[in-house]
Amino acid sequence: MSAAVPDVKEIWNGRIVEVTLGAGPDQGGTRRTTVTVGGQNTLPFLHFEGQMPHKPVVAVEVRDQAPDDWSELLVQAWGDVLSDPAAWAARAEELGAEVIALSLDSAHPERGDTGAKEARSTVRRVLEATGIPLIVYGPGQPDKDNEVLVAAAEEAAGERIALGNCEEKNYRTIVAAALANDQLVIAKTPIDVNLAKQLNVLIGDMRLSRDHIIMDPTTGALGYGLEYTYSVMERVRLAALSGDAALQQPMIVTAGYEAWRAKETRTGEGVPAEWGDWRTRSLLWEANTAVTLLETGADIVVLRHPDVIPLVKQAIEGLMQDSPVA
Amino acid sequence: MALSGLAIYKMLPQTNCKECGFPTCLAFAMKLAARQVELSACPYVSEETKAQLDSAAAPPIRLIALGRDSHKLEVGNETVIFRHEKTFYHQPGLFYRLSTALGDQEFSGLLDQIASYQVERVGVALRVDGVAIQDASGSAETFAKRVAQAAEKELALILISADPAVMEAGLKAVEGRAPLVYAATAENWEKMAALAHQYGAPLAVRGKDGDLEGLAALVQEITSKAKAEDLVLDPGTRGWADTLAAFTKIRRAAIKKNFRSLGYPVIAFPGEGAGADSLEMETMLAAQAIDKYGSLIVLDRFDKAALYSLLTLRQNIYTDPQKPIQVTPGLYEISSPNADSPLLVTTNFSLTYFSVAGEVEGSGRPAWLLVTDSEGMSVLTAWAAGKFDAERIAKAVRASGVTERIKHQKIVIPGFVASISGELEEELAGWEILVGPREAIGIPSFLRQMAA
Ligand code: B12
Ligand code: SF4
Repeated sequence: MSAAVPDVKEIWNGRIVEVTLGAGPDQGGTRRTTVTVGGQNTLPFLHFEGQMPHKPVVAVEVRDQAPDDWSELLVQAWGDVLSDPAAWAARAEELGAEVIALSLDSAHPERGDTGAKEARSTVRRVLEATGIPLIVYGPGQPDKDNEVLVAAAEEAAGERIALGNCEEKNYRTIVAAALANDQLVIAKTPIDVNLAKQLNVLIGDMRLSRDHIIMDPTTGALGYGLEYTYSVMERVRLAALSGDAALQQPMIVTAGYEAWRAKETRTGEGVPAEWGDWRTRSLLWEANTAVTLLETGADIVVLRHPDVIPLVKQAIEGLMQDSPVA
Repeated sequence: MALSGLAIYKMLPQTNCKECGFPTCLAFAMKLAARQVELSACPYVSEETKAQLDSAAAPPIRLIALGRDSHKLEVGNETVIFRHEKTFYHQPGLFYRLSTALGDQEFSGLLDQIASYQVERVGVALRVDGVAIQDASGSAETFAKRVAQAAEKELALILISADPAVMEAGLKAVEGRAPLVYAATAENWEKMAALAHQYGAPLAVRGKDGDLEGLAALVQEITSKAKAEDLVLDPGTRGWADTLAAFTKIRRAAIKKNFRSLGYPVIAFPGEGAGADSLEMETMLAAQAIDKYGSLIVLDRFDKAALYSLLTLRQNIYTDPQKPIQVTPGLYEISSPNADSPLLVTTNFSLTYFSVAGEVEGSGRPAWLLVTDSEGMSVLTAWAAGKFDAERIAKAVRASGVTERIKHQKIVIPGFVASISGELEEELAGWEILVGPREAIGIPSFLRQMAA
């Protein structure tokens, strides 16, 4: 028994740019593995419609100093390594991280005010402790971002690391550093299709090639803005597949960072009994934020809790299985 | 997909007799396409045209009701593929499956927990929609007993059995309650469809491994031969990618191609998923079903934490992206404040308001909470959009009348907008501006320190 079902395949004329993070010895770096994302010409995981040659990958957040405002659950799960970025990164790799997302948090004027020298040494140590690609984030303060990201770009010359965040207010120096040292940038804009497009264009105007740009459209956690970021990402991806070249960059999302700001993950006591077990709730808060963002087009998911890494990787594996659905 | 004005025009008499009140048939057709007039205004349309137009006007995904009255759950009737195109209308029903293999105590214990679960988020009460009773033994008697037990609760019901005799016993036990009959398959559809028809219940139709052609053919058999119209589809997929593909195709076929045989709500069983051997994986698969087109989601593992995350996700995805949920701006009294109680200021985005109000309340300290009109935006969004600046806050303070109700001149602003405190000092001459914590969770200890 069978009926004719209309063909519902969409024909997209756009394709996401392939971006490779990390460089092995052949390419002038020291990474044992490199990661390529992008290349798809269909909406996420619709294998019946187009190709998705590269699976989304899991990056794990590492900070250059022990965080003082993290949930106790995170502190317990990571333990001692929190005060040593190299050990932390090595541990993350062991646990399945495919990329390290290192935050040079101590460079923030109010959180240590460290400078280029410390940044270089941290980047060096993390590179030596791991064999996977690296993303380096500044502290999110324009002057300090410029200072430490330039240092990181130079120190990691040849490694094809990604520098973030490149925002409208600070992109010039960071893009110049990427150009000078053949690094990538993470272009971040606040949940808006046009702003995302505009920043990619500005970066392109500086002659950084498209395969050196990853975009962060800004993420909100489950329950805290996810509904908006979900739709904005969906619109970005639809525009990209429809042929808008300025939006065809792979997308990175900071699911861990967002999810662990929520009250649901930060507080174990004095909350309604219906919220259930704190740990289960927190892991699922991060995991479900990640799953939802994967469904809408995330190519790199930055996570925080060690036990969420295998969960999200298992989901990605399931999503990458080409299915026999007729 | 609705018909265009031109397509409708071709079906009209094209005599331009004006009896419908429009100068031409074409003008009338345009109004029809825009759904601004009723077809009955034209006395001359043929029966055939009527039927054709009726079916074109029907929603592309049929609206299905499970249960009646206070237990009624409606799903389907969606009109878009992506929520930003308009909005999603009927949030998926969340169900828990209870097997007849459970002992008396375990069954009623779980049933009670599920039925009484209720949590408030952003001022909205969130609950489980229903339970699915799974026939595990083939005993009609046990099945009927469990179904009747479940029917005592304010819950929608799904009855799961492959055996029509068992199904009938269940249906009899809850006559008039319109549970979902799960499921008609290629093997048993005649009997299951007859039962669904007889008891006025919606019917799930289950295909195999995502074979949508087979599923559509089965639907056509059932709708043409068995008079069952209220259907729910299970394409039979259970994994990540296959389920995503099947649900997406069904949604697109219905909405973009107006393909009636797949124009029904879809049911998901994340607990049966390949690799869903843990609570976490089951919950994540359920999250996918919420994100991508599931209408009924039957879960196997009851866990409050997992449920709360899914209810939150469902609330997110089914909130109209064009209309932030807002509260009315104004001065709110929390825990009966007096003239010495602190004054805090925030925006009128519901999520922001409830986060802050919840913490103030939880602190046990009375306070005044001034909610400014920020057009429903969060603190930083509103600040970035110029809707939560010193001028607006100062204006809100004066308009609220709070100055007559408090003796002090101190106002606590959110930590995220610490940078406006200087300007606010200028706007509110003589006031002391206190910068509160960034996240609302810090409010109780902040208020404690303030009082000390
Ligand atoms: C969802 C979102 C949107 C949604 C709007 C949602 C809404 N209804 O407000 C949309 C997509 C529309 C949007 C638009 C914009 N956004 Co916006 N948005 C977000 C996002 C993702 C989440 C915001 C949210 O819902 N937070 C949750 C609520 C509960 O937080 P909250 O209101 O701050 O409340 C907390 C605290 O402030 C505290 N608190 C609140 N009140 C009080 C009071 C007191 C006394 C105290 C002590 C504490 C306290 O308690 C709450 C819980 O902890 C954030 C980024 C992020 N991940 O956080 C960006 C963000 C806020 N947006 C930003 C920007 C720039 C914009 C735009 C200007 C971008 C643009 N397109 O031009 C526009 C502005 C709107 C416009 N022009 O119309 C920036 C702001 C940058 C900055 N630091 O100033 C952010 C931070 C993103 C970023 N990193 O760049 N945004
Ligand atoms: S009443 Fe019917 S036939 Fe007459 S003008 Fe209107 S649409 Fe045409």
